[in-house]
Amino acid sequence: MNSPSNAIPESRLGSQVVATAAPPALRPLYWSVRRELWENRALYLAPAAAAALFLAGFLVSLVHYPAKMRAIQALDPMQQRDLIAQPYEFAALLMMGVLFVIAIFYSIDAFQSERRDRSILFWKSMPVSDLTTVLSKAAIPILVVPALTFVFTIATQWIMLMFSSLVLLASGISPSTLWTQLQWIPMSFMLLYHLVTGHMLWYAPIFCWLLLVSAWARRAAILWAFVPMMAFGIFEKIVLNTSHFGNFIGGRLAGGAETVASSVRGNAELSPMTHITPGRFLENPGLWGGLLCAAIFLALAVRLRRQRGPM
Amino acid sequence: MACIEARGLRKTFGATIALDGVDLRVEEGRILGLIGPNGAGKTTALNAILGLTPYQGELSVLGRNPWTERDQLMRDVCFMADVAVLPRWLRVSHALEYVAGVHPRFDRAKAESFLARTSIRHFHKVRELSKGMVTQLHLALIMAIDARLLVLDEPTLGLDILYRKQFYDSLLNDYFDRSRTILVTTHQIEEVQHVLTDLMFIHCGRIVFGCTMEEIESRYFELMAHPEQIAAARALKPMQERQVFGRTIFLFDQVDRNQLAALGEVRTPGIADLFVAVMEKQGVRAVPTQGAAR
Repeated sequence: MNSPSNAIPESRLGSQVVATAAPPALRPLYWSVRRELWENRALYLAPAAAAALFLAGFLVSLVHYPAKMRAIQALDPMQQRDLIAQPYEFAALLMMGVLFVIAIFYSIDAFQSERRDRSILFWKSMPVSDLTTVLSKAAIPILVVPALTFVFTIATQWIMLMFSSLVLLASGISPSTLWTQLQWIPMSFMLLYHLVTGHMLWYAPIFCWLLLVSAWARRAAILWAFVPMMAFGIFEKIVLNTSHFGNFIGGRLAGGAETVASSVRGNAELSPMTHITPGRFLENPGLWGGLLCAAIFLALAVRLRRQRGPM
Repeated sequence: MACIEARGLRKTFGATIALDGVDLRVEEGRILGLIGPNGAGKTTALNAILGLTPYQGELSVLGRNPWTERDQLMRDVCFMADVAVLPRWLRVSHALEYVAGVHPRFDRAKAESFLARTSIRHFHKVRELSKGMVTQLHLALIMAIDARLLVLDEPTLGLDILYRKQFYDSLLNDYFDRSRTILVTTHQIEEVQHVLTDLMFIHCGRIVFGCTMEEIESRYFELMAHPEQIAAARALKPMQERQVFGRTIFLFDQVDRNQLAALGEVRTPGIADLFVAVMEKQGVRAVPTQGAAR
């Protein structure tokens, strides 16, 4: 008679223990990132649209491809490689450009939109810390966008390669020149290296700065992000007649490519493993200074997220 | 342990004092109505309790400091700030997935069964729902969370009367059990009158009145005096006197009920009338457009 009456409180206790058990530490972060992807569908729709448009143009241009390939085959291997790789490099540049612009706009709006539509009150009613929220929003431009860039570029290049091969086969030309000269695997590896070093590590402070301004500014975050920089540069020019600050910012914006390039000697696409020297990139004090700034910007953003309510 | 305990809670915005030394103690299992005119400090008090704003003074909610431990506190506290804080782009299915993902005490099946009673479907986005439906969705999410404290800030603002009635009905029937605590602020005093166990009036950042509903019934009486007894009624020093349809109505605090019964009809006052009387004692003129004091 005792056992059923005992069983109930026990099972209740059991379910309570389960209910109060802390979720794995990364669960809120994972769901916060998913949430960002639900909200910002442009992150994958825009590059998909750009890729589709580019592929449509590329497929139309394949009409002339057999003739072009015949001409290419008459050239020396170095020129062959350049001409064949050209459209593939253009596709990579396009994806990087589209996603970089999206990452900029995402970052500048990330903390403003939740305050503008008052949804911050809903997000803050959930057991998710401000640190988790800030990290999830920073993960979008720093991790998710480079990953998406890689995936979209590789997918686009594969489709290009497949269709080009089919067109060549259909017109009785062997696609072997295309496949041997394209160096597709080293090219993908270089893309990955470029994305990790340039887009993730070197640009991290830029995105974190934009996120900080987004958490701070009540309106016109995009102006707050850029105008003070320009004003400071102009001020320096007028007062000291120097442009160290301007060079510094310009170096950060353009320097990604230079810094990455400085660590790649010669024609790395042939055998990237032997030519890439990440050491030189990692030795660059600008990289570590930038990452330190990024961390400071994010820490400030956490403080602001805690204090700011809807506007 | 008290659910909410505040001592000397202060908050200023520049020169404006939003909370001026609030002392507050809410026991577990109570439904407290925090009532006050616009700008009285209701929302500021709730924001402090929810860890949305820093404050001076001591404040403990379920034994935690809300400002420094908001994320942990939110496992045990739910809140619904006034309607429409669900983002418009959010899909119903995503809302369920997200809350299930981040909230350890969320019971998804329960939320689904609440939603099944409404016309809200999983594929809907918040922007496609009416204001009333958004509130239903939010309520379904919240009622499926096994929280110890629920904070509602003007939850029915802007809803039509059907949804408002339904809102409090579901809250009482499906959610409230004696172990939970509910804190609600509203302008629509009449609606919550029968729901509350405790009542608190806030004015200019101070708690000016606080008691249980039982106390109100045993302590305050409204007398609709016979015309010939008006002078006798005035002699008993009413808190307030007003004219309704040519009859004189008095509000008494701690006067013997039998004594009043001889002078006319006696009944328990409505919270709204009590509120007006208390506010007038504080030197506030009821402003017709400002909600509670109608």
